[in-house]
Amino acid sequence: MRIATLCGMGFGTSMMLKLFIDDILKAEGLKAEIIPVDLGSFKGAQADIVVAPTDMERHLKDSKGRVVLIRNLVDKQEIKTKVLAAIQEVLGTSSGG
Amino acid sequence: MGSQSQANPPPLNLQALLARETVRAKVGVSSWDEAVRQVGRLLVEAGLIREEYIAAMARVLREMGPYAVIAPGTVLLHARPEDGVIRPCMGLMTLSTPVPFGHSQNDPVDLVFAFGAIDKTSHIAALQQLAQLLSNATALEGLRQAQDDIQLLAAIHSWHPAGEGAPSSAPD
Repeated sequence: MRIATLCGMGFGTSMMLKLFIDDILKAEGLKAEIIPVDLGSFKGAQADIVVAPTDMERHLKDSKGRVVLIRNLVDKQEIKTKVLAAIQEVLGTSSGG
Repeated sequence: MGSQSQANPPPLNLQALLARETVRAKVGVSSWDEAVRQVGRLLVEAGLIREEYIAAMARVLREMGPYAVIAPGTVLLHARPEDGVIRPCMGLMTLSTPVPFGHSQNDPVDLVFAFGAIDKTSHIAALQQLAQLLSNATALEGLRQAQDDIQLLAAIHSWHPAGEGAPSSAPD
């Protein structure tokens, strides 16, 4: 499973998100490839799930992956709840791509 | 060797980056634009970024939208290394009156962080520490309560980042 974390510049917030999600997945015993991307590279990236700050929503209209919007990028609980829910959905439709 | 040599620069530490020159408490601004310019000014005057980095931070907000308002009341301004970063840096300005940045949920902002990175990775530790600080309600309150620069610095430096193995505030 591929999870893209998105921010404007490709470092900073997307990296912070990646680190949080790394921890969350480890704690849950889940494995996924987590890639921080910036908006520019995002179009080419294939990901099952895209995690981004709210207010990036308009840039994600063409996203093929499930979009997870995070209001508070330092709220681990919010990130955990939303990301795990998205993972469940992806695993539930395992024939999808 | 003089103290100037940086053969192995130490990992960037949040509390080292947020120093007397780059921290200001209770600044009055009337717009987000002015907030960006004021916090940018701190970093320019400390010799850490070039003037054009200020405009770059504002441009990021205009072009990408205010996604940098990463948590309620908190903005994390930045642009790319090539936009004018001289040395890795971070500034913090608290506002006497919060101003809107146009974020759908996290406005208005009273904590204005600005950082300059020189590459994609060397500031990650400092950002992680910042994330920890921002998710600590007591620490946040301390930043907001500080009425002057000295108190703000004290609030920053009295907070202790959790080390490896230390119990975190939120049980998993």
